[in-house]
Amino acid sequence: MAVESVKARESVKNLAIAKAINESLRKALETDPKVVVMGEDVGKLGGVFRVTDGLQKDFGEERVIDTPLAESGIVGTAIGMALRGYRPVVEIQFDGFVFPAYDQIVTQLAKMHARSLGKIKLPVVIRIPYGGGIGAVEHHSESPEALFAHVAGLKIVTPANASDAYWMMQQAIESDDPVIFFEPKRRYWDKGEVDTEAIPGPLHKAQVVRQGTDLTLAAYGPMVKLCQEVADVAAEEGRSLEVLDLRSVSPLDFDAVQASVERTGRLVVVHEAPVFFGSGAEIAARITERCFYHLEAPVLRVGGYHAPYPPARLEEEYLPSLDRVLDAVDRAFAY
Amino acid sequence: MESTAARTQRRSAASGKAGASRGRTAAKKAAKGADTATAEPELVQLLTPEGRRVSSPEYDAYVADITPDELRGLYRDMVLTRRFDAEATALQRQGELGLWASLLGQEAAQIGSGRALRDDDYVFPTYREHGVAWCRGVDPTNLLGMFRGVNHGGWDPNSNNFHLYTIVIGSQALHATGYAMGVAKDGAESAVIAYFGDGASSQGDVAEAFTFSAVYNAPVVFFCQNNQWAISEPTHRQTRVPLYQRAQGYGFPGVRVDGNDVLACLAVTKQALERARRGEGPTLVEAFTYRMGAHTTSDDPTRYRGDEERAAWEAKDPIARLRAYLLAETDTDEGFFEELETESEALGRRVREAVRAMPEPDKFAMFEHTYADGHALVDEERAQFAAYQASFSDGEGV
Repeated sequence: MAVESVKARESVKNLAIAKAINESLRKALETDPKVVVMGEDVGKLGGVFRVTDGLQKDFGEERVIDTPLAESGIVGTAIGMALRGYRPVVEIQFDGFVFPAYDQIVTQLAKMHARSLGKIKLPVVIRIPYGGGIGAVEHHSESPEALFAHVAGLKIVTPANASDAYWMMQQAIESDDPVIFFEPKRRYWDKGEVDTEAIPGPLHKAQVVRQGTDLTLAAYGPMVKLCQEVADVAAEEGRSLEVLDLRSVSPLDFDAVQASVERTGRLVVVHEAPVFFGSGAEIAARITERCFYHLEAPVLRVGGYHAPYPPARLEEEYLPSLDRVLDAVDRAFAY
Repeated sequence: MESTAARTQRRSAASGKAGASRGRTAAKKAAKGADTATAEPELVQLLTPEGRRVSSPEYDAYVADITPDELRGLYRDMVLTRRFDAEATALQRQGELGLWASLLGQEAAQIGSGRALRDDDYVFPTYREHGVAWCRGVDPTNLLGMFRGVNHGGWDPNSNNFHLYTIVIGSQALHATGYAMGVAKDGAESAVIAYFGDGASSQGDVAEAFTFSAVYNAPVVFFCQNNQWAISEPTHRQTRVPLYQRAQGYGFPGVRVDGNDVLACLAVTKQALERARRGEGPTLVEAFTYRMGAHTTSDDPTRYRGDEERAAWEAKDPIARLRAYLLAETDTDEGFFEELETESEALGRRVREAVRAMPEPDKFAMFEHTYADGHALVDEERAQFAAYQASFSDGEGV
């Protein structure tokens, strides 16, 4: 028993999210010779966020591939490599750079399994650092997850903590479906415990990260931490908020949202992406249908505005903030 | 790097009058659209439109050991492909298919390149590669499912190393390149071939495929059938240089071949595939040919091109020239052609019957295969659809 507890401690590391993804990629490269990492600057540089740091040094240029600067080419050749039996993990350097690859993702990657009547599987993972809050120039702060969630054939996940970053990447690579793995870039350096010998839960299940009784805050990726902070402040004001980390945008764990809302009677959905036609809209529609008689208030949404992502000095106004979410909470209680 | 085509150009220019006069005609045509276009370059040709064998020092070796039986085989492939294609066009006119994209006129480009392939090579086609599919052993009736609307393809690409038809222009050039990168990683000595057309040559994906294949030295052959028309747009709306010359800018050889000459297409493709297998990287082959029919059965070419152009290309028909050669230079007798005619009609009949007998897809088929590992939303919607269907009193749904 003493031996076991020592072993357990050794398998638990305190890692930043970026490092957890790095360790996860390393593990995949070690265990499956068919895994390759591809992208712009992923080799010697280790990626602009250093997520692939040291991988090319240890696994070589044949496994960790610096690509030409052409996103459609990256995804298109990854599809070809997957057809040959490889499991490519490709990096799109920033959220706003994914659109040259949008055609390959939507038209080819998403549909190949269906159009081949299941004969072709494309286990491709597309990593995209996403979201704002880092003071970047334009095209470096966007949250395009809904644009992909609308497309059948893709799965979309986004971790909010280091443990999920590690394990969800393992599961995404193991998936026989294409997975878009949105990485909350402003949380890359947030640390958390990762047990590399744990048995992870299902990839597409939401998790209650804080229990509450009066209102549910549903969020994913970078907004989970914000919602936890909101819940802390609300607690001081005597309100008990439940925080749900959705983790997966497609499929979305509506059962978990429903179960929470049936307990609390109120729901506020928070994401950085624009509210209009965003994932919050889909959640609001479905939860209204599922929980009509449990709801004390309409489902409210907090997110980006219907405007291009603003210059960095305005982004704090554009992004959901503590006060904006608290404002929505107040409105939900006012009904 | 000096391109293969540049070498060919000099050699062929000295070798044949017929070729030189075609060159002038083409130059005049190009000059209409692009005033800076230079004279059209010469192309690799082994069989003249009249069916006369001409010598090519560079390419003769690739067809030197071809037997009369093999020549008859190429002829049979082209005739049966054309017959299948005609049947499909007729089936569309009869309402049995929603659409058909005819390959009429491009038989030599497809059969010549298709027969250059080995079993372990892999093909990435557009939606018009019916002749290549034939060479790969894909049952022609399988090609018709998507045009009838019962599936989106549905054959197993790995049974014949023939990928599904790709409709969005040029996307498959990247898939071929990635596949070839995988072949190289595996240390396999296979080659990959990507088909596309003059229209697709304008797509970014094709340009990116050239870049990726060049920098990774991928074993891929880009086989561009320049059939002169991208629906209604002539080639000069896609390019100001002969398409094969684009390869030079990417650092690999490009060659223009007479796309209506099955022997030349066979030879040029063999050479390119062998280069790829030897680890010498990609080649761009531009098969200079002509789309004799409409873009698809929904198209009306009379709105954008004249009969005289078609007539000029009719004189360069790929099947007629091989027939003339077989009759003049081999022991082929009329019996061969008669038997082939019978076989041809039987194929047409078989295709017709197979199309009419195709089962309608199951109502629930659209929920199948969206994901390999399943998806909660698909499950939920399938259940909703089933409940809706079951809500009708006769249990048959709407």
